[in-house]
Amino acid sequence: MSVAASTLPEISARRRVTDKVMRGTLVAGTLIALVPLVLILYFLIKRGVSAWTTSGFFTTDPTGSFFGNPGGIRSAILGSVVMVALASVIAIPIGIGVALYLTEYGRDGWFANLVRYFVDVMTGVPSIMFGLFIYIVLVKAHVGGSGFSAWKGSVALSLLMVPIVIRSAEVVLLLVPSSLREAALALGAPRWRVVARVVLPTAAPGLVTGSLLSVARGMGETAPLLFTATAAFALTFNLGALMNSLPVQIYTDIQSPRSEIIDRAWGAGLALVVIVLLLNVVARFIASRSRQA
Amino acid sequence: MNPPETTSSKAPPSGAADKTTKEQTDMSTAGDRSPERAQATRVAAKPGAGTGKAGHGVKLKDLNAYYGNQHAIKNVTIDFPANEVTALIGPSGSGKSTVVRCINRMHEEIPGARAEGRIMLDDLDVYGPNVDVTAVRRLIGMVFQKPNPFPTMSIFDNVAAGLRLTGTKSKDLRNLVEHSLQAVGLWDEVKDRLNQPGIGLSGGQQQRLCIARTVAIEPEVILMDEPASALDPISTLKIEELIDELKERYTIVIVTHNMQQAARVANSTVFMLEGEVIEHDATNKIFTNPSDERTERYVTGKFG
Repeated sequence: MSVAASTLPEISARRRVTDKVMRGTLVAGTLIALVPLVLILYFLIKRGVSAWTTSGFFTTDPTGSFFGNPGGIRSAILGSVVMVALASVIAIPIGIGVALYLTEYGRDGWFANLVRYFVDVMTGVPSIMFGLFIYIVLVKAHVGGSGFSAWKGSVALSLLMVPIVIRSAEVVLLLVPSSLREAALALGAPRWRVVARVVLPTAAPGLVTGSLLSVARGMGETAPLLFTATAAFALTFNLGALMNSLPVQIYTDIQSPRSEIIDRAWGAGLALVVIVLLLNVVARFIASRSRQA
Repeated sequence: MNPPETTSSKAPPSGAADKTTKEQTDMSTAGDRSPERAQATRVAAKPGAGTGKAGHGVKLKDLNAYYGNQHAIKNVTIDFPANEVTALIGPSGSGKSTVVRCINRMHEEIPGARAEGRIMLDDLDVYGPNVDVTAVRRLIGMVFQKPNPFPTMSIFDNVAAGLRLTGTKSKDLRNLVEHSLQAVGLWDEVKDRLNQPGIGLSGGQQQRLCIARTVAIEPEVILMDEPASALDPISTLKIEELIDELKERYTIVIVTHNMQQAARVANSTVFMLEGEVIEHDATNKIFTNPSDERTERYVTGKFG
């Protein structure tokens, strides 16, 4: 006895129609979701690239004067890099440290679960709250002898980055096979050496990826810096002074009535997006390479 | 070997523990309660147990182990004689692996797990109050079911890992690595690529690498938890030959699901069921003429 297509019940017209309609709805929804993204990229590139071509865009600082040459975004780029670098130096070790505690020591204890809960809450806190917090605790109190200063901006950014680092690092550390921990423990290694010489090296690529993503996130934040490092024009590497940054530059430029300065905001926006994109690409590259190994 | 005063002086627990007490008496040649049974175990012992490296036996006494509220190991008493291979057999969930993990105190790494009772490595009480658990694990090495070389380390570093992870300084690390790899018969296969990653080796080679890693810290006892169950028959054969060589220098406890393997490598065999020792005797006797009906049903493949 052979089985032919005719022996199976036919697919009803209703099922065919339902299938078509549902597929169409899903495709349409996806396209609608893509519209704003594409438009943002379109305007950003269209207006940003023309700003990039103005002379001295990357090599001069904003002059701050309304008339005449508005200047470029050098101090904003370098200010962002300096402040985010300091924030990373604070946030990444703390974040990985907490993640190590959660996976290697706290595990499923009540305290570890409490920490996890607060980390989740912290990832949901609006970034402006971190800015306000530092504003009240460090800026208003004139800690370190001055009010607004770059290092306070870094602290605010690091508060934002720590929960991101913890969450990503914990996931990566949990991926390290427990058989490796067992192998090391069974050799008579103390736990800290197991962590330092087996767990961390094995998880290293993933830790780098997660950290870079948190750096990218910190790069784009405006609110924590508005309240702490505020706006400046001149290039400085003094962490105790006011410091410019890309998001804050965009924020102030976009309020100007002068079209050249608004164009500069677009150029700065494109620069910010490109930097964040590069960080993401590097993070993905490291992650994919470690997966092949 | 040490005088077995701990076992012979203890009064045997009555009733259900009768099966396990016989192993205690086996160890004491003087004052045997059951000479013919002692003879049975003694047959398996190497004639020259005192020659070569003086081995160190392990004695379990009334071991109880728990996972949370689950009572996994019930009053287990076993002697693992020095320089012999002792196999643990039994169906899944009978507690073989747990017994082994108790010996080097890896059992307590599992959250909620605990163990009670006495485990003696010669005169060292493994669960003694002032015993450093890392020191115990250096004396009692372990080989796992799945080969688990460290993926970030080269072949060389994997063998040296035991020393580096324990902070032991070695004057001649290269020599030690070579000796350890030779001891597991891997040296000729890898001597030209010591700097390549350990996970690049085949499964059987990886497992021998893991054994070399254990041998490198020069333990007294090597525990093997189904060391060949993830390997092909040829690699399994190599591991078994290796076990036969290693018993010259080490006391070996091997958990296995493969009864032919137990028959091939073990001097004596312990049959476990539901956390209890049912029978412990010379391997030959366990497989040809077991005393307990449950052992017979298991070794003849009627259950498990």
